[in-house]
Amino acid sequence: MRKDILRIIIGGIVYISALIINLDNYFIQLALFVISYIIVGSDVVLRAFKNILRGQVFDENFLMAIASIGAFFIGEFPEGVAVMFFYQIGELFQSYAVNKSRKSIASLMDIRPDFANVKVGDKLVKTDPDEVSIGDTIVIKAGERIPLDGKVIDGSSMIDTSALTGESVPRQVEIGSEILSGCININGLVTVEVTKEYGESTVSKILDLVENASNKKSNSERFITKFARYYTPIVVIVAVFLAIVPPLVIRTETFSEWIYRALSFLVVSCPCALVISVPLSFFGGIGGASRKGILVKGSNYLEILSKTEIIVFDKTGTLTKGVFNVQEIHSDVISKEELLELAAYAESYSNHPISLSLKRAYDKKINNQRITDVEEISGYGVVAVVDNKKITAGNIKLMETMNITYFKGEITGTVVHVAVDNVYAGYIVIADEVKSDSEKAIIDLKLSGIKQTVMLTGDNKNVANKVSKELGIDTVYSELLPGDKVEKLEELFMQKSSKVKLAFVGDGINDAPVLARADIGIAMGGLGSDAAIEAADIVIMTDEPSKIATAIKISKKTLRIAYQNIVFAISIKVLVLILSAVGLASMWAAVFADVGVTVIAIINSFRALNVKNV
Amino acid sequence: MKKTFRLEGLGCANCAAKMERAIAGLDGVENVTINFMTTKMIIEGQNDKMQLIVAEADKIIKKIEPDVVLKKS
Repeated sequence: MRKDILRIIIGGIVYISALIINLDNYFIQLALFVISYIIVGSDVVLRAFKNILRGQVFDENFLMAIASIGAFFIGEFPEGVAVMFFYQIGELFQSYAVNKSRKSIASLMDIRPDFANVKVGDKLVKTDPDEVSIGDTIVIKAGERIPLDGKVIDGSSMIDTSALTGESVPRQVEIGSEILSGCININGLVTVEVTKEYGESTVSKILDLVENASNKKSNSERFITKFARYYTPIVVIVAVFLAIVPPLVIRTETFSEWIYRALSFLVVSCPCALVISVPLSFFGGIGGASRKGILVKGSNYLEILSKTEIIVFDKTGTLTKGVFNVQEIHSDVISKEELLELAAYAESYSNHPISLSLKRAYDKKINNQRITDVEEISGYGVVAVVDNKKITAGNIKLMETMNITYFKGEITGTVVHVAVDNVYAGYIVIADEVKSDSEKAIIDLKLSGIKQTVMLTGDNKNVANKVSKELGIDTVYSELLPGDKVEKLEELFMQKSSKVKLAFVGDGINDAPVLARADIGIAMGGLGSDAAIEAADIVIMTDEPSKIATAIKISKKTLRIAYQNIVFAISIKVLVLILSAVGLASMWAAVFADVGVTVIAIINSFRALNVKNV
Repeated sequence: MKKTFRLEGLGCANCAAKMERAIAGLDGVENVTINFMTTKMIIEGQNDKMQLIVAEADKIIKKIEPDVVLKKS
């Protein structure tokens, strides 16, 4: 590359001196032009010649060689050299830009671990992560990258997950925690039992996904390849026609004038600007998104996402935390603390999510000796004897069978009614908490052009309406069985036009059919969940629904850049073609339409990689 | 059968498109993608013809861009 730059500089100096030194001697000036041409363009001419021998005509080397040599023949020396000179500068810039973005993606993908410290007896052996098997014990020191997924069996530490999630707050791990490959151990020393082979580990899955993402081409990319396929031959044929026909037909026209116009055509005939800048934009968009913890599995998905107007959410685990918590305690005769204590004791033997949430809210050790008798009635609740008092804790059905008068007002959420010795004592409301980020997510989505938000849930109507009201969701369908969700999605499809795209957001655990049916399936909290990564088209690595709005903004920006490049490049090229055909544009304009447009389009597509302010 | 290659020295986006088109026309090829940005080529084809496909693909690539080296990855 450095050699090429040097060559262009030297050639350029000779060229400029030929231009500005006003030599009287025609031949010396010609000689200077020829020398600069040879310095700058001999390799292109040589390559063109070789390619012709191999049966490859019409490649860019050939077109540039013909255009520049042709200019010499009709006596336009400065233009002849300029074509080659700027073409080479453009090529150089192109390869610089491509290398740079390849590198920036590579550094983005620099999460590949180099080694694992495997514990063999008392010693640590540095091993290729590929050769470590499940069940091996590895040690990760401070500052090292976690090589394989596993479970911490000794030590505790803070883990930097930013390379995978875009999340800058470190995560605490201790004995028993799952640990994911690709993250960095910040301070402590942890010993980990390997639970997945390298090929199945998070890091290699993500690497694979991002590397292959640009294989799935978008419509704009397909359009460009198709366009390029016909564009060059057509322009070349028109050029040949221009060079020959008008001077033959019209007596007053000269060959040199029309050949000049034809040569300008050849200069503009290269589709490089488009062919390179459009995929570059998508590549940048996908790379930028992954920097934010959003994995997009293909350029096509980025394109569909930008056209999405309806977003359908699953409630539990997507908009809400998926963890039940005690929200309210209402007590009639005893204190709130006492009511919670009795309920927690009564339910202490159960593993039902509701019981677990009661125990969590109570947050004190359960003394089993205080419980003397427990009877769990599935679907109703529990009857237990605590401190020699009969505690009845459960839903309204339980209260009714026991003939206990209970509070009958409207309560949103799952309710546990509690009675002591058959006398009503109060109730506890348990609900799934809305994620702190969900409200912002819905607002951001509306701002980024989403027309309709829909929520699907298996939960009861009261809970569903409360959540949707709180978040500002347009439509709610509640009390759905898993199979109903696909049906509801079909209904939504019937109502919309095919141009409008619909995205479904779920946690990827039991909504795979719905994820697959939507135009775009987005899985939340993909970090560590293979099912989510497998089933979705776009995976949000963190738990934040607001990342969906970020993804949409990135997709729109990427598409905007790609369209700008397409429109800009094609219109400049067509304009210059028309102007040269009628003799209004010089070859200089043609050089700009080729090299200038390429450079501008590439610089523009670089913006796609920048997602800082999205 | 699916095979992945790296095209070292791939420098021209239009050439990559040309190679892709030519290789897609080979007998036994089910799908081929050349990713200019990652310089990766993935060929999917019938098992028994794979060897021939790869040899032909190499020829096509050399013809369009002589400096490219086909490497297994």
